[in-house]
Amino acid sequence: MTAAAVLSAPASTSPTWRRFREAFRRHPTAIVGGVVLTAMVFIAVFAPWLGTVDPQALSPIQRLRQPSSEHWFGTDMLGRDVYSRVIYGARISLTVGIAVALLSIAIGLAIGMVTGFIRWVDAVMMRVMDGLMSIPSVLLAIALMALTKASVGNVIVAITLAEVPRVVRLVRGLVLSLREQPYVEAAIAAGTNLPLILLRHILPNTVAPLLVQGTYIFASAMIVEAILSFIGAGTPPNIPSWGNIMAEARSMFQIATYLIVFPGVFLSLTVLAVNLLGDGMRDALDPRLARRM
Amino acid sequence: MIVYVLRRLGATFIVMAVVALFVFSLLFLAPGDPAAIIAGDIATDDDIRRIRAKLGLDEPFFVQFGGWVWRLLHGDLGTSIFTNLPVTTLIGQRVQPTVSLTLCTLFFAVLVAVPLGVVAAARAGSWLDRLVIGFSVLGFSIPVFVLAYMLVLLFSVQLEWLPVQGYRPFADGLWPWLSHLILPSVALGTVYMALIARITRAAMLDVLSQDYVRTANAKGVPPSAVLTRHALKNAAVPIVTVIGIGIALLISGAIVTETVFAIPGIGRLTVDAILRRDYPIIQGVILLFSFIYVLINLLVDLSYTLFDPRIRY
Repeated sequence: MTAAAVLSAPASTSPTWRRFREAFRRHPTAIVGGVVLTAMVFIAVFAPWLGTVDPQALSPIQRLRQPSSEHWFGTDMLGRDVYSRVIYGARISLTVGIAVALLSIAIGLAIGMVTGFIRWVDAVMMRVMDGLMSIPSVLLAIALMALTKASVGNVIVAITLAEVPRVVRLVRGLVLSLREQPYVEAAIAAGTNLPLILLRHILPNTVAPLLVQGTYIFASAMIVEAILSFIGAGTPPNIPSWGNIMAEARSMFQIATYLIVFPGVFLSLTVLAVNLLGDGMRDALDPRLARRM
Repeated sequence: MIVYVLRRLGATFIVMAVVALFVFSLLFLAPGDPAAIIAGDIATDDDIRRIRAKLGLDEPFFVQFGGWVWRLLHGDLGTSIFTNLPVTTLIGQRVQPTVSLTLCTLFFAVLVAVPLGVVAAARAGSWLDRLVIGFSVLGFSIPVFVLAYMLVLLFSVQLEWLPVQGYRPFADGLWPWLSHLILPSVALGTVYMALIARITRAAMLDVLSQDYVRTANAKGVPPSAVLTRHALKNAAVPIVTVIGIGIALLISGAIVTETVFAIPGIGRLTVDAILRRDYPIIQGVILLFSFIYVLINLLVDLSYTLFDPRIRY
């Protein structure tokens, strides 16, 4: 066996791993998405060292400067450096996206697993979830934000609350079909208690679909955060977020288009990257569904 | 059928009751004193007390809820804190622009997206199919207001083809009305189109692999007739479902779109209410939009029998 053959031998031959590689080969766009997302995370983490200045530093003399070598993305109506604000804005979008995805999956998973197994909880819970789901999620988040102080934490809670019912539905559906599986019936027959069944037999089977759902929640949470900030019900104005930068530029977008274009492009690119990654993962984890979508 | 419709109406009623209870409870679930938050940072104790009395927050929960539901059933959504006008009056003044915008968007999006999805499925794997898939991923990724500004910059500021902002009532004539709605509808409709096109394509791919489609093709039915009469008709149920579910995107998006294009509709009313922390208006708008959304999806459910006679209730 040559050295090259040894090197190219797969590190792991587990079917999931192989399907991932197969899917990413068929969807080179998913790799592009992964690269762009990694770059955004890098930007967010290392924002202070990327040639930025204090994103809040006012400089009234340098108001509304067009992009130049001194201010790469120009300055806003208070003379703040837009490049620094956009770079720091990546922190808010990504934090909100990741936090909402993790929280809503965790809460939805807990509720969904229980409702899938206990009938009376199911009947009550699903009515509640139907009700919550019939309030368009942006509206629900607006209502919550109108009643709380503007903060990033409250934005995360508001968007999470709007996303949870969808995760509950997904998990409940999975649990209902999983519990008809022979190995679950066998576990029940063997007298395994409910928490152990949920943990050992049900939970592992929900990971794949929830991973895909999680990326889509990640993407939509970033959009909802931007929408909330844009209409003044989101991240407080003293924190630079992409939605805020665009909200402040609302009245002057005809004379300072760059104030809208730069944060808009960053936001769209990040959401696109996450969506592409999600499509690739869905293909990897559910090849049957992927061919149809 | 009648039994089913009644049962379905009952379920809808329960959902609406949950929505009402939830929207109402928000005032109590929110951490802190909602009256103080609504009053804002520079409010005096007197202001807070006034707002608390106005929202009825000084009474027990169930007394408040009962009174609120009673008034709701009589078409009373409460009174705006800022303007002191009934919320129903305020919403009534703003209905026309919002209805114009959403209906325009709905028609345009469905008219474009369904054929796109059908063609993509018919030519699965071709460059056209890839284009439709690419468009739908892009449509999901560009936020409504970013797209709206890009459209304004291109078509209004650069090319000067269409007005930048504003709204003209239908009474001013068809073209003034329509010209002010074209860009908002395209901006608002793109994500909706992306969703419909994607589901249409998926549903059509499913149907096109069925035996009866092969039979139709084999016996020489023209391809266009196979696509529309045989395939599309059988793919209609998921497509109609997603058109109904997607209304949520239109409702949320309308708020943002009206802000960008300065359209004096219900969305604009909501955004102004957010800035003034005028909670009764926000509450009223959420209830109204949620009820409309629930009712549309009820109609969608009931329409299944039209498309698929096998579905009997």
